[in-house]
Amino acid sequence: MALSKADLVEYIFDMVAKAQGKKNIKAMDVQKAVLKEHPDQDKNMIKFGIKELIDTGRCVYTYFGGSYIEIPHEEGAAKKV
Amino acid sequence: MHKTPLLDQLESGPWPSFITDLKRVAGRKKSAADLLGVLERSYKDKITHWKHGGIVGVLGYGSGIIGRYIDIPEEFPGVEHFHTVRVNQPSGWFYTTKALRELCEIWDEHGSSLLNMHGSTGDIIFLGTTTPELEPCFAKLTAKGWDLGGSGSAFRSPSCCVGQARCEWACFDTMEACYELTQHMQFELHRPSYPYKYKLKLSGCPNDCVAAVARADCSVIGVWKDDIRIDQAAVKAYAGGELKPRGGATVYPKLDVKADVTDLCPTYCMSYDGKTLKIDNKNCNHCMHCISLMPQALRPGTETGAAFLLGSHAPILEGAQMSWVIVPFMPMEAPFDELKEIIVNIAEWWSEHGKNRERVGELMLRLGMRAFFQGVGLEPPAQTVRTPRANPFFFWHQEDFDAEAAGRKYIKL
Repeated sequence: MALSKADLVEYIFDMVAKAQGKKNIKAMDVQKAVLKEHPDQDKNMIKFGIKELIDTGRCVYTYFGGSYIEIPHEEGAAKKV
Repeated sequence: MHKTPLLDQLESGPWPSFITDLKRVAGRKKSAADLLGVLERSYKDKITHWKHGGIVGVLGYGSGIIGRYIDIPEEFPGVEHFHTVRVNQPSGWFYTTKALRELCEIWDEHGSSLLNMHGSTGDIIFLGTTTPELEPCFAKLTAKGWDLGGSGSAFRSPSCCVGQARCEWACFDTMEACYELTQHMQFELHRPSYPYKYKLKLSGCPNDCVAAVARADCSVIGVWKDDIRIDQAAVKAYAGGELKPRGGATVYPKLDVKADVTDLCPTYCMSYDGKTLKIDNKNCNHCMHCISLMPQALRPGTETGAAFLLGSHAPILEGAQMSWVIVPFMPMEAPFDELKEIIVNIAEWWSEHGKNRERVGELMLRLGMRAFFQGVGLEPPAQTVRTPRANPFFFWHQEDFDAEAAGRKYIKL
């Protein structure tokens, strides 16, 4: 059964939080995982679910050879002088 | 200022030197001075001291900011952060001086003052700022009507040649198409959601001034369907030396039409008997060689549009690959719905089947053209065949048997 918008956002956030530090996940990984559990979920809703997490600052896009979605964290390369 | 004996040698050549430019800026910007220092250090150490990527960006966007840090910030604190900002360029790179001044003033205030016009994707590249300056810089840019370009696994800022704005050979309005596509793909441009980068370039004619065929996953190249227009009197004028080849842009004062034009035609579809130039247009592959040499005598036809090609990229291990014809001809009228649909369908198929960091051209080769055409819902035209099939084995699918039983015709009349 398809998730409501609010539930979908939390579902995606949980997925990203659980993967943090273990696996880099991309927007398409999120979409595939959601559709596996909820095949009738609208793809556009998933896109906008990710957008909401990014726009509210709960998640950020990162780049490590490719673009990923992560929970905000301190940049490891930004050395303190 | 750091001592830079190795970099100083780069100023000794005949060409304008970026080192001279950097030194000029270094007088008022600590970051430029330290940039020179770290470059000199890299020349000595023979390694880079830069790391790129990470989490920096502006709120809501996953593209447009490329994080750059140095591994020896204690020695060069001015470039401790040296992030790049990509600003989406206007179609065809037309600017007013007022717009350029605004850009430079913003970057003088919030960055290193160093910029690159333009990067390979076509964006304006602002080189070097710190994390706290990103949001204020972005706010100032958007207030003036600018936006960030694409980076990472996103749809990259589309770019195009000057097209009909300045070129008589443009077979469609490249600038309009570039603008339309930029607007249509805003979500994908700012929010990386693909397996890897996805680039689009549009050239108005097969001369391909933006090198779309080699540099963009999606290459849209203007082309005509009917016959090349010939002015026989002008051909004679070229042969007689009254008109200079290439509009005078060669060292040759006079054109030998046979030796320089018809004999160099890659498909040998032209002939010249000293009086009349004949072209077998069915066998012309639109290379533009003859038109480029005799622009006053030959012009592209009037039934114009574009060819859509896919797949160019340059992986280090496999080597560079050019784009492959997917749609030999499509009309190109605003709002370019057919082109938009193809680009979106291809991206969906690629996102579904592509591996992480696999370009769409690599996927197309991995799964094969048959899977590609079935996946994106396009008819396979004959122009996609690069070489005749050498493998005698053909694996029939159930739908082939079904189509046979239903009386499929192989040659469309």
